Amino acid sequence: MSIRIKMQKMFPQLLLTGVLLLLIVILSITSEYFLSWENFRNILDQSSVHILLAIGMTFVIASGGIDLSVGNLAALSGVVMAVAMKQDIGVFPAVLLGYFVALLFGLINGLIVSYIKISPFITTLASMSIARGFALILTGGVSIYGFSTTFKFWGTGSIGPINPPILLSLIFSILGIFLLAKTLWGKYSLALGGNGEALRYTGVNVGLYRISIYCFSAICAATAGLIMTARLNSAAPLAGATYELDAIAAVVLGGTSMKGGKASIIGTFIACLTLGVIRNGLTMLAVPTYYQLVITGSIILAAIIISELRSREA
Amino acid sequence: MSADLVQPFLQVKGVKKKYGSVEALRGISLSVYTGEVLAIVGDNGAGKSTIIKILSGAISPDSGEIIIAGKHYQRLQPREAIAAGISTVYQDLALVNTLDIADNIFLGREHLKHGFTLDRKRMHRESTELLRQLGIKIPIIQTEVSYLSGGQRQGVAVARVVHQGGKLLIFDEPTAAMGINETRAVLRLIKSLAENGFGVVVISHNMDQVFDISDRICVMRQGEIVGQVKTDEVDPQDVVAMITGAAVLRETSDDRGSK
Repeated sequence: MSIRIKMQKMFPQLLLTGVLLLLIVILSITSEYFLSWENFRNILDQSSVHILLAIGMTFVIASGGIDLSVGNLAALSGVVMAVAMKQDIGVFPAVLLGYFVALLFGLINGLIVSYIKISPFITTLASMSIARGFALILTGGVSIYGFSTTFKFWGTGSIGPINPPILLSLIFSILGIFLLAKTLWGKYSLALGGNGEALRYTGVNVGLYRISIYCFSAICAATAGLIMTARLNSAAPLAGATYELDAIAAVVLGGTSMKGGKASIIGTFIACLTLGVIRNGLTMLAVPTYYQLVITGSIILAAIIISELRSREA
Repeated sequence: MSADLVQPFLQVKGVKKKYGSVEALRGISLSVYTGEVLAIVGDNGAGKSTIIKILSGAISPDSGEIIIAGKHYQRLQPREAIAAGISTVYQDLALVNTLDIADNIFLGREHLKHGFTLDRKRMHRESTELLRQLGIKIPIIQTEVSYLSGGQRQGVAVARVVHQGGKLLIFDEPTAAMGINETRAVLRLIKSLAENGFGVVVISHNMDQVFDISDRICVMRQGEIVGQVKTDEVDPQDVVAMITGAAVLRETSDDRGSK
């Protein structure tokens, strides 16, 4: 394929990489603490939850859907793990139970979207509320804390130069790249968003694929929940609020089309890192949190406008 | 005359379909042979779409019979229709714009490596070969379908149907919303498909086009076939008169598709 077409396709990712490099240069000059492995590891660590949620979200958005439940689902699966561990059923079964509950939500999201044909926005808006409700009911509104070292390892342990959250986010990113580019599942995720009717017409069971996409997103959310809970040694029922919006922002920033049919896991990954670098840099520059929100939002908006205008030209 | 032309590939016998109290089809019988282009013409509501939907398995007839290559069917499931070799070429409905040409041609019938990962190399190779055989000119097989012209998209849609094993291709308004050059390319493609031994059914409102490409014309009016004629034995005015009901039923002595 001609290099020009490839470059055009990769434009949002190239633009984003440029922005990321520029930010790194600027922050390296303005802050002497920025450019160090310690700080980079810190950024990766803090971005890991966002990366996990955004990888799942990339497939959902690619398929023409949206999953608003992921942030609250992460909180709920963390709470389920915590409650189960307090019942002394063991770390592994407790974590498994957390994943199971998340998977159940993914399954229900997918079933409702596929077979009752309710819009994904409304469906996951409702399940988002239900997930938060259950998290509050299970905890009575108070955080559950104090877990075994085995469990805490998933948040605060270290594996060579990195830690489990970074490792998990890298594994899911590589898995996402592989699934999207090399498998039927990835191709059909894109086809569902590009023209689901065309896919159905060829005899593919589109309902099954759509359900599996919401389940994948739920598994990403449960993994995020595991990290969040293990890292703070505490399962807070109100954790993860509005994380779904960060995930959506990263996915769109990474060049995945909100209309579906086009997606880039690498783009999502770089976008999460970019947002992580921005947050980290602003904190280092001692910019107050309230201002950080305004600046982050403005940067997201600017980047999306540029890449949208560009894609309209093409 | 080849042996193919003697037995029709597709026969429809006395097919009826009612929607509530509306009789969409009042007992339709027609035949399509391989190697010919049959044009189905008629006013809106004449039943053209209904018969096409029955042939592609989208809806079931109330009564009647469909015979494809000697096999008898009361009704067709979409998969049965495709397996039997009948495929409708949808211009826009069937393509995924955001995927490339090869991904579209192999949509739903992908080759896998180790039963697991997509064998894109092989699919690209086979797509290129298929397009070459069909005489469809497309620059690069990795081009996203959204970048193609209407005529090229039609070509990709045809290639996919042929790849699925289509023997009888149905085109519903194949040149709708196309420019002059595009239209010409699509009409050429349709003719060459018939020359290559495919059966082709075209639904069109454009009389010039119908007379340009078809071997036979089947005129429908209010759920009935009011005329089956050989294209070179009639004038466009005759056909228009049949469509509007101004002329009485007229049958050619032999409705076989021999030229």
